[in-house]
Amino acid sequence: MTFTKSMIAGLGLAAMLNGTTALAQEDTIKVGILHSLSGTMAISETTLKDAMLMLIEEQNKKGGVLGKQLEPVVVDPASDWPLFAEKARELLEVHEVAAVFGNWTSVSRKSVLPVFEELNGLLFYPVQYEGEESQRNVFYTGAAPNQQAIPAVDYLLAEEEVERWVLAGTDYVYPRTTNKILEAYLKGLGVAEEDIMINYTPFGHSDWQTIVSDIKAFGSAGKKTAVVSTINGDANVPFYKELGNQGISAEDIPVVAFSVGEEELAGLDTEPLIGHLAAWNYFMSVESDANDEFIEAWHAFIGDEDRVTNDPMEAHYIGFNMWVKAVEKAGTTDPDAVIDSIVGVSVPNLSGGYSAMMPNHHITKPVLVGEIQDDGQFDIVWETSGLVVGDAWSDYLPESAVLISDWRAPMTCGNFNVETAQCGGSVN
Amino acid sequence: MLFRALIACLLLLASLAQAATFEELAAQLPEGKFDDRAKVVEAIAGTGNPAAVPLLEALAEGDLQTLKADDRLIRVTKENKKTIAYDALSGERIGEIGRRDGRKVKVNNGLRRTIRAALSVLTLRDPNPFKRIEAAEAAFKSADAEQLPALKAALEAEENPTVMAALTTAIAATTLSSGEPTQAKLEAISLMREQGDQQALSVLAPLMENEELGEAATEAVAAIERSQALWGIGQNVWYGLSLGSVLLLAAIGLAITFGVMGVINMAHGELVMIGAYTTFAVQEVIRNSAPELFGYSLLIAAPLAFLVAGLTGVGIERGVVRFLYGRPLETLLATWGISLILQQTVRSIFGPNNREVGNPDWMSGAFELGQITITYNRLWILIFALIVFFGLLMVLKRTPLGLQMRAVTQNRAMAANMGIRTGWVDAMTFGLGAGIAGLAGVALSQIDNVSPNLGQSYIVDSFMVVVFGGAGNLWGALAGAFSLGIANKFLEPYTGAVLAKILVLVAIILFIQKRPRGLFAVRGRAVEA
Repeated sequence: MTFTKSMIAGLGLAAMLNGTTALAQEDTIKVGILHSLSGTMAISETTLKDAMLMLIEEQNKKGGVLGKQLEPVVVDPASDWPLFAEKARELLEVHEVAAVFGNWTSVSRKSVLPVFEELNGLLFYPVQYEGEESQRNVFYTGAAPNQQAIPAVDYLLAEEEVERWVLAGTDYVYPRTTNKILEAYLKGLGVAEEDIMINYTPFGHSDWQTIVSDIKAFGSAGKKTAVVSTINGDANVPFYKELGNQGISAEDIPVVAFSVGEEELAGLDTEPLIGHLAAWNYFMSVESDANDEFIEAWHAFIGDEDRVTNDPMEAHYIGFNMWVKAVEKAGTTDPDAVIDSIVGVSVPNLSGGYSAMMPNHHITKPVLVGEIQDDGQFDIVWETSGLVVGDAWSDYLPESAVLISDWRAPMTCGNFNVETAQCGGSVN
Repeated sequence: MLFRALIACLLLLASLAQAATFEELAAQLPEGKFDDRAKVVEAIAGTGNPAAVPLLEALAEGDLQTLKADDRLIRVTKENKKTIAYDALSGERIGEIGRRDGRKVKVNNGLRRTIRAALSVLTLRDPNPFKRIEAAEAAFKSADAEQLPALKAALEAEENPTVMAALTTAIAATTLSSGEPTQAKLEAISLMREQGDQQALSVLAPLMENEELGEAATEAVAAIERSQALWGIGQNVWYGLSLGSVLLLAAIGLAITFGVMGVINMAHGELVMIGAYTTFAVQEVIRNSAPELFGYSLLIAAPLAFLVAGLTGVGIERGVVRFLYGRPLETLLATWGISLILQQTVRSIFGPNNREVGNPDWMSGAFELGQITITYNRLWILIFALIVFFGLLMVLKRTPLGLQMRAVTQNRAMAANMGIRTGWVDAMTFGLGAGIAGLAGVALSQIDNVSPNLGQSYIVDSFMVVVFGGAGNLWGALAGAFSLGIANKFLEPYTGAVLAKILVLVAIILFIQKRPRGLFAVRGRAVEA
């Protein structure tokens, strides 16, 4: 221990003398894990921390990266958004990690963006988000709206023949932006204003009586009605309980959710929820050899056969393997080299195909729609025929339809305006 | 090869076209697009084969699988945590199968709707009246004109009045979508108008554009909407009472610790959470060792939650709070620290994820009172809140402990001179408040998440209720909780949930400016001291 410490101290000295070359001389490569282990988001993020530890352990068994072992550095930002920025700074400055895997919720990502930009770090963000962002130092391995929300609406249109839409969400940036995109998309398809009901609730809302009965009333206009839910986190459990109790079944008014996965259902009696839907890029019930192996490894690592896997875990699986491959391709962990080498890297995903990193720092994924089963798992009822490329800037919002993102030289721009042929300057 | 595929294809088409045998149709169930399989389902129902009902029911329930080994169609059931397979057609027992031996026959909402509609034709004459009602309701939803004669025949033969009512409604809805004469349709409209609920609305609304029926339908819709608006007020009152009962439960323990003792206990929410986790632990034990007791799990959990949370409360009081009496700021910070410690402790023991607390049967579902939907869990929570409230009132007014508590809070020095162990009374009072928070946790576990964060969402609301109602007065907490609940629920439909909450908070702040001691101010020397 003291040896390592003095080693690091020595290296610190060397770093001062030699500048950036010190990084390459360490005997391990450090990987930062920035997930809340306490506070409200611990419920979702603790699992991701464990998943990352498992991935790193497995990679080390295979011989590490560039002949060096990986060393995880876990910090706890405690569900506190400003603390995310501080912890990110700690990871990059004090621990000098080669890459950071972490964050959940857009507000925490927005809070760390300036840090990663300033210190030129790498962040792999594993959760579905609202899009409208593309940053040089960030890789978005979760779904953009066109990889989750839009295909889900298409499914409801085609298979359920839905004509009336309730867009219900928690009151913050992800649901608001997603609903703005969906509203524009639905209106573009000819859905009338009065056939769309938009509703926002506070974080952790627990009294859903009025809203559920409003949905019921909205659904009694003789047109097929569906709820598109961007309700986040803890508020989902009382929402689904109220739906069940008021007797709204999935056959009458299906609810398609973008934030409800296997992990969230683990705290629920799913009997009354059978048939309600979720759209993700991965379900634990996916049938593929890669998935079977992953689940087995996960159960062995966590020591509990009942633990589930979910979509953000797959995103980390993909993101981590992409980073490993990009580092090996570049021959160094230097962020600039990795940013250049990672575009075009393609690695297996858990649904039996390959995902590739695109120039806009989003990845290609299949989109799956699943129905909730009585065992808390999803039965996949629909999937896109091919992979969908993550679109950073939505085509359905007029202000972002003209923007594209391409981080390869010579464009190297996250928000290039195709009309004015100018890069919009620094993003966000 | 191509030739054989072509033949197979032709055979398939032919088999669909001609009335294929039941077995052949069943074999076509597992594969294909949902639309095509919906036709197969209808064809299966059309065969009238008695095995069709259990087969389609199994499909709707998602219990139908094909064996990967030989593509045999099986129905699976869980028996003692093992998956047992039966032949789906003959019902013959095949035996236990592993998780990966079978492939589930996919079913989605659309297909399930088709199955319900198809089954309704077959089960209209079922000996079980509940099945007949289900069948009538499914027929109402599908409103398939071809079923009209079958429905009418079923009504002729029916004797059970409830089933007859359901059938009459189904016939009316079906008539409206059929080619029946206008007169019959107008009668159906007036029948729907009499029924006057949301289902009727959903049948009538699409007819408003209709040439012949438009006028009658529009009138009926307007009439139903008028009466729905009136019922809506009642519904809001009920929702308000129900929200109020939750607030009351969460706040009533605080009314003791903060209201009576003057201790700002930021860990109050965590005591609620401990009550909820106790419920979870009790249910876990019952699930594993005595599943037949599950219906009583909440009754068993309530006293235990009271004890566990109460003892924790006594521990907090003896360990920390008693050193900080008279120093509100330090108390606030210390108890907030305790709340974080409790949260993280629970997180370490039970994990950060939500825990599943089941609703016993008597807590699930809803009933209709006129046009008001009343869910059983909310009703029981309201009753429970009132029982706890009056029980607490009794303890304070009628027991020696209550007398001592009031004596100590009113004049500590004199109470001590009379031989009351004030320290012990403080601990008991705090413990009582904490125990009641534990009881609240039992109730809240039925409607909210059981996660380490459960308490946080209630702490602010609880303080709001106590401050608004008037510290030191239990009746104040009651009035405060219900008026806040009802105000919130009447605002919500107009302003949305977010703004409603803000408006209520602003109203309370203004109110406190006017009456700093809340609704029911305690007067007397104790307050001035």
